[in-house]
Amino acid sequence: MILSQFIFVPLLAAFLIVLFARKKENFAAAIALAACAWILIVSFIAFFKLPSHGGMILNNTSGWKIPYTICLILDNLSSFMLIVVNLVAFLSAFYAIQYINHFTGKWNFFALFMLMLTGMNGVILTGDFFNLYVFMEISLFSAYALVAFGTESEELEAAFKYATMGAITSTMILFGIGILYSYTSTLTMADVGLQLRSGGTPKMIFLVYGLFIAGFGLKTALVPFHAWLPDAHPSAPAPISAMLSGVLIKTLGVYALVRIFFNVFGAPTVVLQILMLLGTLSIVIGGFLSIVQWDFKRLLGFSSVSQIGYVVIGFALGTPLGILGGILHLFYHAIFKSLLFLDSGAVEYATDTRDLRQLGGLSKELKVTSATNMVGTLSISGIPPFNGFFSKLIIIIACISAGQIVIGIIAALVSIVTLAYFLKVQKHAFYGKKGSAKVLEKVPFAMKTAMIILAALCLISSAIMIPSIRKNYLNPIVETVMGRTSYIDKVEPYLDNGSVK
Amino acid sequence: MILYLMCFFLFLVGVYGAITKRDLIKIILAIGIMGYSVNLFLVLLAYRTGALVPILKKGLDIPASMMVDPLPQAIVLTSIVIELGITALMAALAIRIYQKYDTFDITKIRRLQG
Repeated sequence: MILSQFIFVPLLAAFLIVLFARKKENFAAAIALAACAWILIVSFIAFFKLPSHGGMILNNTSGWKIPYTICLILDNLSSFMLIVVNLVAFLSAFYAIQYINHFTGKWNFFALFMLMLTGMNGVILTGDFFNLYVFMEISLFSAYALVAFGTESEELEAAFKYATMGAITSTMILFGIGILYSYTSTLTMADVGLQLRSGGTPKMIFLVYGLFIAGFGLKTALVPFHAWLPDAHPSAPAPISAMLSGVLIKTLGVYALVRIFFNVFGAPTVVLQILMLLGTLSIVIGGFLSIVQWDFKRLLGFSSVSQIGYVVIGFALGTPLGILGGILHLFYHAIFKSLLFLDSGAVEYATDTRDLRQLGGLSKELKVTSATNMVGTLSISGIPPFNGFFSKLIIIIACISAGQIVIGIIAALVSIVTLAYFLKVQKHAFYGKKGSAKVLEKVPFAMKTAMIILAALCLISSAIMIPSIRKNYLNPIVETVMGRTSYIDKVEPYLDNGSVK
Repeated sequence: MILYLMCFFLFLVGVYGAITKRDLIKIILAIGIMGYSVNLFLVLLAYRTGALVPILKKGLDIPASMMVDPLPQAIVLTSIVIELGITALMAALAIRIYQKYDTFDITKIRRLQG
């Protein structure tokens, strides 16, 4: 199993597009789609082959052994994240083939898209702190550029805001990595964990905690750091909004937080408490700010802030049930939030506006969009047969069984708020009185297909909750996160502890 | 120790600038200052008084304890490249914003609200 193909296939696709597909724009889309399909298939193969490799595949990227080289590590958590990312990426790319006709510079779009995917796959696979930083910057660069892709004044403003905040916090992360390196003299994550475990808790580690919470917290859009998200995500083209809200905030934010704080630092209580507080604030503030929005995509952006709070409190509980809920909600939110963003893109494509006050009565003309949006609404608000119900239920039960009854009640109440603001979307966009906006264009085939597949996944992915599937495929992931030293123990045999050659 | 403190002070200067300045270009410069301070910090980590180049070669027998640490220097190179990228991207964005809004003042660039 060559892990680097998750990184070099999209990177190669990006460069091939720039080199050969500048004039032939359909060729650019074909390359991008082929690369996405290839790594999607490989990520499924990796997921199902992983148990036969003992739950961890480690590739050194040069002739040296870690800690003298960078390593790529595939374990249960990262293989699961790869599937989530590449699934959403494939469907977004498929949707973009026809959506992007409204923009110029199609090849530019696909090249940046592939670079963003490279960065995200790299962040998921890497086992090295500095490499994590580099891949994070690769995907953030492309994200900044893609947010500004429309080059209208609002989009440039949002991109500048995002770039400023992203750059400040990335510098903080690099500073934290420098401090860690000065203490442990290594950059390999498992080795850092090993050194910290044997060396006790130095005081400087709290500075590192703070820098990392601010850094990765901003990428996650937890509440004090959320201000960029409702600007940046709606400004991007719809497939990119789906990627940003669906997977980017989870990969660079939640996944990196979980990997670093649970697997490397051993889940320190103080960090879990901070994350719990920030998660609860995100749920409440994101939820209530969503209600007052009139821009369809901005509403979805605030909703992402609220929903990411559920994921974070799931992990921050630190109990197996909470982590299961966090993982499930991460996966399910990736599906239904991408679906909702793609729907909003279809509405914008058809009517050229996304102001809910101008829309109305679209359900007759945009049948597929309306139906899939209804599925997305029911999923995100947690109505039983759809997937959102199960993850939210597990998180709420986990809160109550961990003794955090107040947070459980807040989570349950904000779930009703979620239903309220999505019913607002339904009323003002798809049902109710006919608005001033007219349907100018039909929603094309590729966009419809991508939305229908995601809507079907909203139902099908509930099947993960069948006990035998859950036991075989989800429990190992929970154990990877929960077993605070299992990651370090699994990597330790690969470490070269000899003297410098 | 005094060097590390001054380095941290430089970092804080960058943070202060990025937070309080209203001009897009000054914000970009402040982010640059933050980046420089972190690069300086990384180079300081590698420094050892009286140490020599980290090259293994016959006839140049430097013991490992008398070498500077080469890893942070490699990191600094990468991080400089990344900062170049971010500065260029942000400057490009600032130019496009100026074309749209005719100002660099962030208090006047606020069409996104709510």
